[in-house]
Amino acid sequence: MIEKQYTITDEAGIHARPASALVGSISKFQSDITLGFNGKQVNLKSILGVMSLGIASGSTVTIAADGTDEEEAMAKIDEVLKAEGISNP
Amino acid sequence: MTSPLSGIAASTGIAIAKAFRLENPELTVEQQQVGNPAEEIARFDAAVAQAAAELEVIQQKTSQQISDKEAAIFGAHLLVLSDPELIGPIKERISADSVNAEFALQETSDMFITMFEAMDNEYMKERAADIKDVRKRLLSHLLGVKIQDPSMIDEEVIVIAEDLTPSDTVQLNAQFVKGFITDIGGRTSHSAILARTLEIPAVVGAQNAMATIRNGQMVIIDGLEGKIIVDPDAATIEQFEQEKSAYDAQKAEWAKLKDEPTISADGQHVELAANIGTPKDLAGVLEHGAEGIGLYRTEFLYMGRDTFPTEDEQFDAYAKVLKGMDGKPTVVRTLDIGGDKELTYLDLPKELNPFLGLRAIRLCLEMPELFRTQLRALLRASVHGNLKIMFPMIATLEEFRQGKAMLAEEKAKLSDAGIPVSDSIEVGIMVEIPSTAVMADVFAKEVDFFSIGTNDLIQYTMAADRMNERVSYLYQPFNPAILRLVKMVIDAAHKEGKWAGMCGEMAGDDIAIPILLGLGLDEFSMSASSVLKARAQISHLSKQQMASHTGHILALSSSQEVEAYVKGIS
Repeated sequence: MIEKQYTITDEAGIHARPASALVGSISKFQSDITLGFNGKQVNLKSILGVMSLGIASGSTVTIAADGTDEEEAMAKIDEVLKAEGISNP
Repeated sequence: MTSPLSGIAASTGIAIAKAFRLENPELTVEQQQVGNPAEEIARFDAAVAQAAAELEVIQQKTSQQISDKEAAIFGAHLLVLSDPELIGPIKERISADSVNAEFALQETSDMFITMFEAMDNEYMKERAADIKDVRKRLLSHLLGVKIQDPSMIDEEVIVIAEDLTPSDTVQLNAQFVKGFITDIGGRTSHSAILARTLEIPAVVGAQNAMATIRNGQMVIIDGLEGKIIVDPDAATIEQFEQEKSAYDAQKAEWAKLKDEPTISADGQHVELAANIGTPKDLAGVLEHGAEGIGLYRTEFLYMGRDTFPTEDEQFDAYAKVLKGMDGKPTVVRTLDIGGDKELTYLDLPKELNPFLGLRAIRLCLEMPELFRTQLRALLRASVHGNLKIMFPMIATLEEFRQGKAMLAEEKAKLSDAGIPVSDSIEVGIMVEIPSTAVMADVFAKEVDFFSIGTNDLIQYTMAADRMNERVSYLYQPFNPAILRLVKMVIDAAHKEGKWAGMCGEMAGDDIAIPILLGLGLDEFSMSASSVLKARAQISHLSKQQMASHTGHILALSSSQEVEAYVKGIS
């Protein structure tokens, strides 16, 4: 399992558009991927789960990937977070 | 003519057309037992596939006809359709309890809808509407009910609906749909935002439109005022036709002026800037084509909280505004608190005369740490744009010198610490106390600019509390006494090669503008929504001609005479 922490720099927090990009980009991975924030954990492949956390700018979140393609998944997540301006890993 | 309905003005403009009721079919869901859950799941999968195919078409159409940004919402809808946390539990419910797909969908989605509606954030609350929209689409396929398709409308209409889902809204063809009215919704609901993007008038939150308006009835909507008129008589239609053409003509003229500088009829440039309170106001500033920010009221950063904002919090706000303005002049007024503006966490003794008491720069000089924190945040942010710093409520030159000295000390400290600070920050004052206006020639040798704050200047000059209705008749922007003070300030600035602006309500007033132009005011700062109107007005005025009237105007004896005279010449 790989686990990484990110600080959300997007001033709007995680909004629908960047959340869609993030969720959409990882659905193809086999690994279980979770997003943890404020003591809660959701499936990062679930747009409703991600949005339900209401993550604001400046928050620190933990993303964990567990499975055969966990490294590729994490690399993709890094890339999307950066490209969408959500966080700067 | 029935009595007028009204609602929230969500998108400006006037539309006159027949009503088209967009009925929301009743999609009733009943719990049923199914004999073969596997077949039920297959039926559900088929509905998901049909809904997804439909959404892909809508997404593509939206990105072609409107924008990729608007289309993105349907990308999110598609993700909801494939959301494992939604679809998984629905299927589990079907197989575990042998219930019908409709019921499993209803129950499971309700959980998410309730969760989003309960969130403490307008934006997130609106997301509940997206889930409902997706659910409605899925249900219509499961139940085999055809949803009325707004894209089939082929004559000019005003759409009346209880609510418009995001997918309804993008299917409205602006060629035929002249406007819409919904019974629920607010200014920030998705349909309201899209109406503004499409530039069609809309009134939302009308409550009784579906109950009162019949198909084919003539309807007028006034998206400026939020008014709705059903079955207007010929005279009313005539009146609104005229208002509509005046509005359309004006809008066309204003739109042309958005990215243009403000030039008078005789070719003189003045700067039109906007007043803001928070970085959120930036969007309006850019949308209305302001050439700068003439007044950033920083006190909002300090209000509505329990502690002072930190230097970093302030830096973030200032840097955001400066970056957003992309090099355009940005005048930031240092903290103007005290008087009628109180902070709960700053326990100041009650004063008998708060407007004449310890406020603004007086308070800042009294509490130097508070002031220095703000100055450091401003200095650090200065490298991100064209920052000008303005001290409010300056009554004496000594106050200005003290403020400026503190600024210089903080700048030196930052430079010593290797933190970059802009070298071209102008430092000016707000002129709102008569003593300062009278001494403007002396101030002008030391300040970089003046900005006249008319609201306070008028109340201090006339000795009339502007909050006190019994003396409100003395609040006279056009009193020659005020205009003479304004002239003294502008002339004093120009004599020393400095600039003079105005950031009170008066700067955007259509009677004041010709006078101020004639007096030689360099910068007019007003609410962003007044900028294009003012730019259009100035483009029709000759500065030189207005200047030729100033001698006469300043010699008039009353505010009423000035108003009447200006109406006569402009």
